[in-house]
Amino acid sequence: MLISGFSLDCERLPAALPIWRASVRSETWTVVARGVAANGGRLLALWGSDRTQGAAGSLVVSVAYVVRDGLLWLDLPLSKRAAIYPDLTPFFSCAGRMQRAATDLLGVVAEGATDQRPWLAHGGWPEAYLPLRRDTSARAPGVARELTDYPFVRVAGDGVHEIPVGPVHAGIIEPGHFRFSVVGEKVLRLEQRLGYKHKGIEQRFAGLPPLEGYRLAGRVSGDSTVAYAWAYCMALESVAGCAVPVRALWLRALLLERERIANHLGDLGALGNDAAFAFGLAQFSRLREEWLRLSKEAFGHRLMMDCIVPGGVSSDIEHAIADRLVRQCDSIAHEVQTLRQVYDEHSGLQDRFMTTGQVLPELAARLGLTGLAGRASGQAADLRCHRPWAPYDQLAVRIATQSKGDVAARVAVRFDEVFESLRLIRAILLWLGESDGGSEIRGEVRLPAKAALGAGWVEGWRGEVFVALEWDGERGASCLRRCHCHDPSWQNWPVLEHAVIGNIVPDFPLINKSFNLSYAGHDL
Amino acid sequence: MWRILKQIAAQGIRSEAAPEFSAALGVEGEGIQHELLAILGQALTIRQVDAGSCNGCELEINALNNPYYNIEGLGIKFVASPRHADMLLVTGPVSRNMEEALRRTYEATPAPKLVVAVGDCGCDGGLFGASYASCGRVANVIPVDFAVAGCPPPPIEILRGILAAVRRCRTSRGSR
Repeated sequence: MLISGFSLDCERLPAALPIWRASVRSETWTVVARGVAANGGRLLALWGSDRTQGAAGSLVVSVAYVVRDGLLWLDLPLSKRAAIYPDLTPFFSCAGRMQRAATDLLGVVAEGATDQRPWLAHGGWPEAYLPLRRDTSARAPGVARELTDYPFVRVAGDGVHEIPVGPVHAGIIEPGHFRFSVVGEKVLRLEQRLGYKHKGIEQRFAGLPPLEGYRLAGRVSGDSTVAYAWAYCMALESVAGCAVPVRALWLRALLLERERIANHLGDLGALGNDAAFAFGLAQFSRLREEWLRLSKEAFGHRLMMDCIVPGGVSSDIEHAIADRLVRQCDSIAHEVQTLRQVYDEHSGLQDRFMTTGQVLPELAARLGLTGLAGRASGQAADLRCHRPWAPYDQLAVRIATQSKGDVAARVAVRFDEVFESLRLIRAILLWLGESDGGSEIRGEVRLPAKAALGAGWVEGWRGEVFVALEWDGERGASCLRRCHCHDPSWQNWPVLEHAVIGNIVPDFPLINKSFNLSYAGHDL
Repeated sequence: MWRILKQIAAQGIRSEAAPEFSAALGVEGEGIQHELLAILGQALTIRQVDAGSCNGCELEINALNNPYYNIEGLGIKFVASPRHADMLLVTGPVSRNMEEALRRTYEATPAPKLVVAVGDCGCDGGLFGASYASCGRVANVIPVDFAVAGCPPPPIEILRGILAAVRRCRTSRGSR
């Protein structure tokens, strides 16, 4: 693979998407990062793994880049003497928190990084406990400790004061802490502290039989359960080299698009409500409820959890239900069209939406804003359009983009994506009804005797979900060695800090909701 | 404005009857209101605390506010502070990082301090279990009056759990 004139010896993983992997040394690590950044590539994920085997092997830090040819997964084995590696924040600012998390979980340190504060570790875990080290997970956790204070960055000046919010928020929301520095009502600075929901998912994966891991993956972030389950299964299927029946792939896409619409409907209502337009919440929450009820009838679960399974899907849809799914698309399309008109014409609502929480395209590109929020700030990236995997390669997905980067733009992208997903669902149902490609919906997943790596990459409703999987083969006692799940919220949380600068404090809930980032998916 | 009114008129009222609490003690929506008044002397106020869930339970708790369940119509309201709440609705395995926050929230809640744990994780730790980072079920951290199983439990089950905890409060009052 060629990166900025630099040739890299890569192997292509047998995955549904073009995913390449290479092991590098520390000089190359930096050279590649510079090259990827210079060529408009993006950093997708950064994580650490313990690949020691007795005296052999080492700690490894890995990074996944989105480059022209696809996804590039680089491993950097670390020296036994010092678990350090070159800092990537000069090239990709979003790497900062991921590097801090890798320090907390594995004890590997990005040398030269300016911010070395703990991120996921709040001081409560047992002393010197590194959960992803192999010698750690074998022993009992030890005694829990008191939480420690976090050194927030202080803003000084005449009339500046702080507003601490959380971790328990004033609504039905996930926990996290926001520290606002304000003058009067204007926000000078927002600093987030996350990690409150960290519940040890990555360590938990290491003890799971691979064929059961999809359930845990489906609970990394409940609102994206379909995207995670698909990414996990894609990674596992790539390890096993197993083919998924075509019909199952179309059913998976049906689930993914239904998940996208369910979330967009919920968000569109909540955004109206946060701008004091309760009518919007009542209408959209009604539509969402109707949507979830039919999901329950069609797939057996309102949020469609555990419907995507290794090798395929858990069940097919009945003919009668398929008809109802089509009819529901028609009625929802009509209603959402009406509501969009109401939203667009409501001057009070538009006044709250427009220019609020603005992230201009130039800033979005520099900070690596991704997914739905990225598309609202001119970052035209959608895996379904640009790297269409089956069945998206036959659906010609149209991307929704805006360039203003404010709350209004994020609302507009959601509306556009609802209509596009409705179109996709109709096309998918048409294919499912007419297909003579067999009725098989689940292939056999036979894991290889030797060690292997796999990766899954899916465009969820919020953005790209990525799963990296390590399988030890037979010597691994039938358990996974490592599973890393990456949520697009990692990229977007730091951008939210920029989006609120200069806005008034009471607009924060609206801005926050317009991004609707996952705490659970980030904290793991 | 006419579009808004037209939409409201066209949709009508979608609220459904509240669930029957049990076969023997069926109650209508109005019955629930009377019952809440009889037991608590007021409407029921709930503070929701996410102590480490995957956010699936939050989606279903939020759904209780939609027109189909119309929980406020029953006299049940989600409030912004534990100091205004009769009940805590807690989700998730309690992460180690949320343990103290949950305890403090419980301490800030006035009597009757009802606690309903929501979801399989809240009931028994769920898939996440207990570990260096997870205290497991909610009852490992604060006393729980009622636990609602399900991953996530559908809104109607959460509502049943809320009502069950209020009923139980009447029968066990004084013993707490």
